[in-house]
Amino acid sequence: MTREFADDKPIFVQIAERIEDCILSGAFTEESQIPSTTEIAVSDKINPATALKGINLLVEEGIVYKRRGLGMFVSTGAVRKVKDKRKEQFYDRYIIGLAEEAKKLSLTKEEVMALVERGYQR
Amino acid sequence: MNEITIQNVTKSYGSVLALDDVSLSFSENHIYGLLGRNGAGKSTLLNLITGRQFADSGNIRVDGQYAPENPEAQRKIFMMSEKNLYPTSMKVAEAFRWTSRFYPEFDRDLSASLSSRFGLDPKKKIKSLSTGYASIFKLITAVATRAPYIFLDEPVLGLDANHRDLFYRSLIEQYSENPRTYIISTHLIEEAANVIDQVIIIKNGRLLKDESRDDLLRQGYTISGPAASVDAYAAGRNILGSDTLGGLKTAYLLGECDASALPSGIEISHLDLQHLFIQLTNA
Repeated sequence: MTREFADDKPIFVQIAERIEDCILSGAFTEESQIPSTTEIAVSDKINPATALKGINLLVEEGIVYKRRGLGMFVSTGAVRKVKDKRKEQFYDRYIIGLAEEAKKLSLTKEEVMALVERGYQR
Repeated sequence: MNEITIQNVTKSYGSVLALDDVSLSFSENHIYGLLGRNGAGKSTLLNLITGRQFADSGNIRVDGQYAPENPEAQRKIFMMSEKNLYPTSMKVAEAFRWTSRFYPEFDRDLSASLSSRFGLDPKKKIKSLSTGYASIFKLITAVATRAPYIFLDEPVLGLDANHRDLFYRSLIEQYSENPRTYIISTHLIEEAANVIDQVIIIKNGRLLKDESRDDLLRQGYTISGPAASVDAYAAGRNILGSDTLGGLKTAYLLGECDASALPSGIEISHLDLQHLFIQLTNA
């Protein structure tokens, strides 16, 4: 799951989002173990404290949990939780930028809707 | 208190002031990035801590003990520097053995396994090593000492991309398994930026920044857009520098971004450590 980091978001947030992506894609299934802080830190060449901070974000939201002495596991219901959260973020993350870019290009609302339709047909 | 403390340290070479009243500390279990331009005073600072040079004034302590000319304090520190201080006719394996006499915690298994991972032949003489392998030899020695404070001065000098990658991975692995304090001084900031968690910037012999990487990164941002809009927003704010490309202007700013005051048509982005460093230490 190694990837280059974008500069806009703190790395620990990107770590959390990548784990969420893995949960959504089914790479990490519910009640399965996720990579350890050390594994993530080594594979991404980041400070272990940063990796831990990312995982802790998910612990706080109940998306992963710790099994003492074993490591971190995906919670039951994590897929739904991540989806709900991402749906809430959808407007901020995609729609605002989409509308801004569309205005810059003088695309009408109808044209944008047609493009959305086309995107769905793919 | 487990830390290296540097209090009001001043050092000059003739009329050149190399360090000017510097106070800072390196605390336990962090990876520090010690950054500065050429001649800023980084190596002088490291040389003073490790007793290779002596300060004109000020105080350096390791875990509370006065550090210069104190073997007990110095045993807690290992410094890897550009200079090779081993007899050049010595073989790599001998040098590991030799180092283990000074550093009782020296991990022979680790030096052997890292040597094989990096493809370093322990039977080779130190003088026959290429620049890259000379660095690798010194890095492996440093990490294997298991000293509580490990200084790495330009650790990746001459290493190819694969070996730099392997170095940072090995460093993080070792740090996770055996937390200790690493102080990395490097000009290759981009590669080290995500590895370090504390940043110290020295500029012209003075301490410019000493804080966590995350706190430091939060302070800088860039805005770019039409020059007039950028200037309007930037006026009265802490401007580190700016670039223009035709009518497009990019300004580097320090402080909190005031999103509500941003005119439309302006793009805002974060400054990464390398760019922030460049802007902070320019001129």
